Amino acid sequence: MVQESGPAGTGRAPQGSLAAGLSGPSPANDSGAPSGRGGGLAALRRRMPLATLLAQRLGLSLLLLWAVSVVVFLGIEALPGDFAQTYLGQSATPQAVANIRAELGLDQPALSRYLEWLGGVAQGDFGKSWASGNSVTEQIGLRLGNTLFLAFWAALVSVPLAVGLGMLAVHFRDRWPDRLINVVSLGAISLPEFFVGYILILFVAVQGGWVTFPSTVYAGMSFGQRLEAIILPCATLVLVVLAHMMRMTRAAIISVMSSPYIETAELKGLDTLRIIARHAAPNAVAPIITVVALNLAYLVVGVVVVEVVFVYPGMGQYMVDAVTVRDMPVVQACGLIFASVYILLNMTADILGILTNPRLRHPR
Amino acid sequence: MNDYLKFLGREAALGRLSRREFMGRAAAVGLTAPLAASLLSSSVKAAGPQRGGHLKCGLEGGASTDVLDPAKFTSQFCFMVGRNYGDTLIETHPTTGEALPSLAESWEASPDAKVWTFKIRKGVQFHNGKEMTIDDVLATLNRHSDEQSQSGALGIMKTVSSIKADGGSLVVSLEDGNADLPLLLSDYHLVIQPGGGVDEPNAGIGTGPYKVASFEPGVRATFERNTNDWRDDRGFAESVEMLVINDATARTAALSSNQVHFINRVDPKTVDLLKRAPHVKIQNTSGRGHYVFIMHCDKEPFANNDLRLALKYAMDRETLVEKILRGFGKVGNDFPINETYALFPEDIEQRGYDPDKAAFHFKKSGHDGSVLLRTSEVAFPGAVDAAVLYQESCKKAGIEIEIKREPGDGYWSNVWNAQPFCTSYWGGRPTQDQMYTTAYYSKADWNDTKFFRPDFDKLLIEARAELDQAKRKDMYREMAIMVRDEGGLILPMFNDFINATTNKVDGYVHDIGNDMSNGYAATRLWLTS
Repeated sequence: MVQESGPAGTGRAPQGSLAAGLSGPSPANDSGAPSGRGGGLAALRRRMPLATLLAQRLGLSLLLLWAVSVVVFLGIEALPGDFAQTYLGQSATPQAVANIRAELGLDQPALSRYLEWLGGVAQGDFGKSWASGNSVTEQIGLRLGNTLFLAFWAALVSVPLAVGLGMLAVHFRDRWPDRLINVVSLGAISLPEFFVGYILILFVAVQGGWVTFPSTVYAGMSFGQRLEAIILPCATLVLVVLAHMMRMTRAAIISVMSSPYIETAELKGLDTLRIIARHAAPNAVAPIITVVALNLAYLVVGVVVVEVVFVYPGMGQYMVDAVTVRDMPVVQACGLIFASVYILLNMTADILGILTNPRLRHPR
Repeated sequence: MNDYLKFLGREAALGRLSRREFMGRAAAVGLTAPLAASLLSSSVKAAGPQRGGHLKCGLEGGASTDVLDPAKFTSQFCFMVGRNYGDTLIETHPTTGEALPSLAESWEASPDAKVWTFKIRKGVQFHNGKEMTIDDVLATLNRHSDEQSQSGALGIMKTVSSIKADGGSLVVSLEDGNADLPLLLSDYHLVIQPGGGVDEPNAGIGTGPYKVASFEPGVRATFERNTNDWRDDRGFAESVEMLVINDATARTAALSSNQVHFINRVDPKTVDLLKRAPHVKIQNTSGRGHYVFIMHCDKEPFANNDLRLALKYAMDRETLVEKILRGFGKVGNDFPINETYALFPEDIEQRGYDPDKAAFHFKKSGHDGSVLLRTSEVAFPGAVDAAVLYQESCKKAGIEIEIKREPGDGYWSNVWNAQPFCTSYWGGRPTQDQMYTTAYYSKADWNDTKFFRPDFDKLLIEARAELDQAKRKDMYREMAIMVRDEGGLILPMFNDFINATTNKVDGYVHDIGNDMSNGYAATRLWLTS
C-alpha cells in the first residue's frame, strides 16, 4: 500500500483548552478535590499543600490517561475500515481479510477487545504491532528517544532565546529593537512550519550545502553526527515556538513593570536591565512557565509535519503510519505517551508556578 | 598516437592510471586539456560498470509497518529491499518482458502447459553460507501457497495443484494449463529463502547481490555487497543505503543537494524544475500502470452499453496525459494492455475524444439527468483534477457529470469495487493473462467493472494454455476488443515511472517490468568516480 504523505493536517498551535482544564496556576480552585468534606484531608492540605496537590494530580492523571485510551479506541473504531481492510488496501480479498481478522481477534466484539488490551497494559505489556509483529515497547523506545532528543535541543535553544528576547523587547519597548523582534518572530510563527522547513532546506541545504539533509538519525551514529543532523529541524522548531513564549514573556514583564515597587526600584536609580532581570522577571515567571510548558509539550507531540519534511524518524511519523493502517496497539501506546507528556509538563508548570510564588506556597 | 591514447584511456578507466597521470601523458603527446578530459569520460563509459563506493537512494513508500518477509511486501521500499537481498526463480527481460533464467537455469512445459519442469541452478549460496537446494525452493513456494500465509503472491500460487522435487528439477503441476507460468514466478514476493523462510520469514537472507546490514522500518535500510554473489553483472556498489523519504519536496531536495544518488516517484508537476539542475537526470520509463474510470456493467445506469460508450467517447485522453501526467505517459484505448506486454495487439484503432459520437450514444441510451462519479486523491495522483477535466469534456457532449469527492481513508474498501462509477488505479501485471484474470474474469474478486461475459472467460482460459504464439495473439486481440467496446473500463492513460539520478551514477536500465528499474535500480547502478 502506498501512502500519500503531505504536510497537511496537524494543527500547529498548542492546544490551550486541554491545559486550561488541567493547569491554571491557582490551587484555590483545585478541580475535583473534596476540600469541603473530611477534616483530615483539609488538615493534611494545610500542612503539606504541595504533597497533597501532587497526589491529587497524579490520581487525576491516571484517570485522564484511561479516558484518553477510551477516546483513542473509539476513534479508531469510528474510522472507516478496520486493520485487515486498510492493511491489505486495494489487494484485500475476503479470504485474506478473514484470515487476518481471525488471527488478531478482530472478529470479537469491541468491548472484549478493549478489555483484553487494557489487561495487557495494566501488566505493562503494550503488545505487538499488528502490522510488523514487533514489540511496541521496543520500537517506541527508539522513536521516543529520537523525539525527545530533538525536543530537548529545540527547547534548549528556544526557551532561553525567547525569554532573553522578551526581556530585551521590554527594555527597548516600542523602539526599533522591540519592533524588529516582534516582526521577525511573529513572521516566523505565521508561516506554516513545513514552509519554514522548505525555505531552510532550499537555502541552507540545497543552495548552500552547509548542513546535512535529510536529517535521518539511526543507530550507530555518533553524538556529534546526530547533532549535525538535527540542525535544520531544530532551527525550524525554534522559529515556530519562539514567538509564543517571547510575546508572553514581554507581556508578563510589562504588566509587572507598572507596579509601584518597580517605580521604587527605578527611583533608587537602578538601570532598567537590572530591574527587569532581578525585580520584574521573578514575579512574572508563573505565566511564562505555563507558556513554556505548553510549547515544550508541543515540541514533543506536535512535530509530525517537521518530521516528515526533514525525514526525521520520530514518534509523530510512527503514529501516523500506525493510524493509516489502524494498527491499534501502536496508536494506543503513542496516544498514551503523548497524553502523559502533556499531563506531566502541565503539572510541572503548575508546581513551579506555586514554588515561585510565596503567596501560593503558603496559602492561608 | 591514436592507439596510444585509447590505451591510456582504458588504463585510466580501469583505475591503473590516475586522472592526473592520464592528463599529463595526454598533454605530452600534444592533446589539449578539454579534449583529453572528454576522451577520458568517454573511455570510462565504454569501459562499463565500475565497482566500489557507497550508493544512496531516497525512496517514497516506506512505513514503520514494513517487514523483511517477502510474503508481506506491500510498499515500494520493501519491493526494492527484496530485489537487493534475494532472487526469484525467473527474471524478466528489461525491454521485451520475456522470461529469463535466474535461480532456475532452464525450464520446459508439457504440450498442454499443465506440467512445468524447472532446472534449479547449482552452486548458489545463501548469505548465511548455506548452499541453496531444491528443498529451499520447494519450501518457499509452498509457504506462499498456504492460505494462512497472507502472501501477496497467493493469487498466483492458487492455480498450482502440486509442487514436487524430481532430482535437481522442480516439477510444478497446474490445475489448468498456463503458458505464462515462468513469468508469474518472477513475482517479487517469491524470493527464495533458506528453508523457505518458514522459521524465520524476517531474516532477510537470500541469494541476492547485497546482504542486509541493518533495517529500520520506515527509516532506512543498509546493505553490504555480497562478495560471494553467483553473478558478476550486478551489485556494483560496495554498500547501499536506502532512506525512506516520503515527502516529495524533501526527496527532490535530497537529490538536488547530492545527498542521494537516486530517487523514485518524482512529482510530474515539478519535473521541469528538477530538470534544470545540471547534475540531475530524469529517468522515465513506460509502464503498465494505468489510471482508470470504472463503471459497473451490471448496475443502472451503466448496464446500458450505449451509456458506457458515450462516457468513453467523452473522455479527452490527450488533455489528461498533458495536464495530469505532464506528458509523462501515453493515452490508453479502454483495454488494460499496452505495447509493453508481449503479444500486444497493435492494430486496434485508437479511440479519440468525439463529443458528437458521445452525444449520439448518450441520446440512444435514453439516460436522463446527470451521472455521479466518485473520486478521491488516493485513487491516483491528480484524480480529483482528472475528474474535473472529464466533467468539462463531457459537458461539451451534453453529458452532465456530478463529482463526489470521497475521503481517502477507506476509499479502497468503501468506494472502489463497491460504487458503480469511480476513479481508480491499476498497477501492471507480468502478462496479459494475469491482467485479465485479475480484473476482467467473471469470478475474480477484483472484477471491478463487474464484467460478466462467459465467452470472454472461455477465451481467457483457452489463451492461457495456448503455446502457439500466433494463435494466442489473435485471442488476446479479440479479448481486448470485447473489453474496449463492451466493458466498463474507461482507460485514459498509462503513466510512466518517473525516477531521477544524479550524474554521479550510471547504468540505469529502463525496465518495463515495474517502477525503479523493476526494483533492480540499486543492483544495476554504479558510481562513476
